[in-house]
Amino acid sequence: MSSVQKHLKGIHVDHCKNTSSLPIVKMPLPEKVYIPMVQHIGAPCQPTVAVGDHVKVGQVIGDNAAPVCAPIHSSVSGEVTAIEKRMTLMGRVDTNIVITLDGKQEAAETVAAPVVTNKDEFLKAVRASGVVGLGGAGFPTHIKYNPRNPEEVDTLILNGAECEPYITVDHRTMLESAEQIINGVKHIMHFLNLKKGIIGIEGNKPDAIAKFKELLKDSPEIEVHELSQQYPQGAERVIIYETTGKHLLAGKLPAEVGVIVSNVNSVLKIEEYLETGMPLISKSLTVDGNVVKEPKNVEVLIGTPIQDVIDFCGGFTGEPKKIIMGGPMMGKAIPNDDMSILKGNNAILAFDDSFAQINEETACINCGRCVRACPMNLMPTAIHKAYERDDLDALKKYHASACMECGCCTYVCPARKQLSFINKLAKNKLAAAARAEAAKAEAAKAEAEKAEGGKK
Amino acid sequence: MSEIKHGNLIVSSAPHVVSPVNTSRIMLDVIIALMPALLMAVYVFGPRALLLTVSCVIASVVFEWAFRKITGRTQTISDLSAVVTGVLLSFNLPANLPIWMAVIGCFVAIVVVKQLFGGLGQNFANPAIVGRIVLFVSFATPMTTWPLTRMQLAGGADAVTGPTPLGLLQKGAMEDLPSNADMFMGFIGGSMGEISALALLIGGVYLVIRKVIEPTIPVCFIATVAVMALLMGQDPIFHICAGGVMLGAIFMATDYVTSPITTKGKIVFGIGCGILTMLIRMFSSYPEGVSFAILLMNILTPHIDELTRMKLNGVPKGGEQ
Repeated sequence: MSSVQKHLKGIHVDHCKNTSSLPIVKMPLPEKVYIPMVQHIGAPCQPTVAVGDHVKVGQVIGDNAAPVCAPIHSSVSGEVTAIEKRMTLMGRVDTNIVITLDGKQEAAETVAAPVVTNKDEFLKAVRASGVVGLGGAGFPTHIKYNPRNPEEVDTLILNGAECEPYITVDHRTMLESAEQIINGVKHIMHFLNLKKGIIGIEGNKPDAIAKFKELLKDSPEIEVHELSQQYPQGAERVIIYETTGKHLLAGKLPAEVGVIVSNVNSVLKIEEYLETGMPLISKSLTVDGNVVKEPKNVEVLIGTPIQDVIDFCGGFTGEPKKIIMGGPMMGKAIPNDDMSILKGNNAILAFDDSFAQINEETACINCGRCVRACPMNLMPTAIHKAYERDDLDALKKYHASACMECGCCTYVCPARKQLSFINKLAKNKLAAAARAEAAKAEAAKAEAEKAEGGKK
Repeated sequence: MSEIKHGNLIVSSAPHVVSPVNTSRIMLDVIIALMPALLMAVYVFGPRALLLTVSCVIASVVFEWAFRKITGRTQTISDLSAVVTGVLLSFNLPANLPIWMAVIGCFVAIVVVKQLFGGLGQNFANPAIVGRIVLFVSFATPMTTWPLTRMQLAGGADAVTGPTPLGLLQKGAMEDLPSNADMFMGFIGGSMGEISALALLIGGVYLVIRKVIEPTIPVCFIATVAVMALLMGQDPIFHICAGGVMLGAIFMATDYVTSPITTKGKIVFGIGCGILTMLIRMFSSYPEGVSFAILLMNILTPHIDELTRMKLNGVPKGGEQ
């Protein structure tokens, strides 16, 4: 690596950080919460409570012994009034535990600061905290913290980039809970035996950078890294390169290049669990958009209906036409507002018709803007054309599977092509072809074995 | 809850925001960038130049509209690309060319080169360049009969047609060559839009500032012409300002559709254009070679693109993921 580090490519999007000066406020209790049993990547949780049970805050209500799974806790005290299938923000129909609140918010007896003295106990505590990747990926954190090659992993990167427009909740969290976050970083580094900590914050949050630099002036093992003001600095592969100069290839885990990346909110929630034993039962999020009456940063109990959150923000000033969970670059547009908040949510953005319009596609003029925007150095237009002519070899040649769906290509395309979406479909196509090939090889092998057996 | 309050929401794939730059905005910028050269042409050759440009624009747009209409395709004239082609083609013609000939050129450019290959984005060569070349080989005399410039008229020239610097060079009439300053300003004969290096440069700088083009191709093209001129014992400034080098390098060779996408590819393309231009100028029977050079490089573009594919980040040289 040269001394002058090159930056990965990206784009400049209006930051629209309208809520960055608004402190995170707690929402009043809802009447009911709807807690889905799938809020992470991995095995779904099985309900551990039944209809009619009384539950308390922090009590486990869903778990699964499968290796990749994080437990789900009740965010309220009250009575389980239904266990039903509902559409969730994961985009699927899952079992939801519906709890009607009693308004007392009594903590469960199990809630007590855990005794943690070594790595095993720490990993156990992280699992018990219910924390999953809160940057949006939702990968169970205790799995991430337990890489197969612990001796090669030496760096913790704290992701405070928050490169999505509108969202300011990580920024607010960093300002309001800096000490706790730093304690969390130190605990993680201590128990996982990591020598170096890097806190990556995008340059549009100078107050957060200054605060962390001040608090860390006597901690040389933790470095505050100011990231350039360019989207997508917070994408895992981008922040790893920008802070360490290491390239993470598609399909590889950060641990393979010696790093672990965690979102600021994940680290904060782990630290809170270590301090109090209260697991992940609430999530802070930014509520904004041009039809939201009073944009806010809100701390919301998990399972709270979206409608209650919107009502708390003064309701809508006009007819919402698009509601996005997450930021405008990578967030998901939802079909209706009858769903509840999950662990991984970081924003609700609601917009009217003027924003929701889908632009008409025109012909590709080969301008190369997508190629110049792609942080992964892909050629989105070539992938798009290869996808349209169903050319699997070309899709492989152009590394379609290395796309991280950051959306830069679609953003810059003057022909309004849905390049990022097409790339997602191309990835699915490649994966399906690989599966079909594997199945074919398997069948051929079975056939050969059968023939072999017949000869004998 | 348990009841949908807002259920009629629009669902689409991320991202949910797009940059304000779309195709017609890009084309509008190109048209704006061509205006200084048009003003210069009208100043030097009179209102006939403006008439020729307006005719070409109208013909191009009408041909595109009619073709899409007859073949039952969606209309695309609002993307302004036909306007750009019309202006560019007119810039490559003598200002006094009969209008009906120019209209034939527009037909070739829009219908044959652009629409028959599938419309915007599908053409293998720059439509305006092919339009010019077809006119050049079909109507050799009117296409090389240059009108007198304002300066020649003021000087009381008795000839009916004016020479171009490259024509003089080919004839070996070195003593009649204009000064480099006149060539840079555009007080010379030639195709109506190519004469003023200064005006074209202003347009080029505008396009670079607006991020419509990257300077790679023009810089490589012009630099190669200069280097080749030096190697051949010629005046590099003369060769840059004479003929269609500035117009070709800034506005024709940078056509997205027919030039490579990657920076490496653009460098190869620009250098190739420069070399071919000078080889044609010095060793062929034509005085000028810019349009043939660009056409040949247009045809090579898919191969250049293939050989200069982007390498995935972090993949070692020669390594495939």
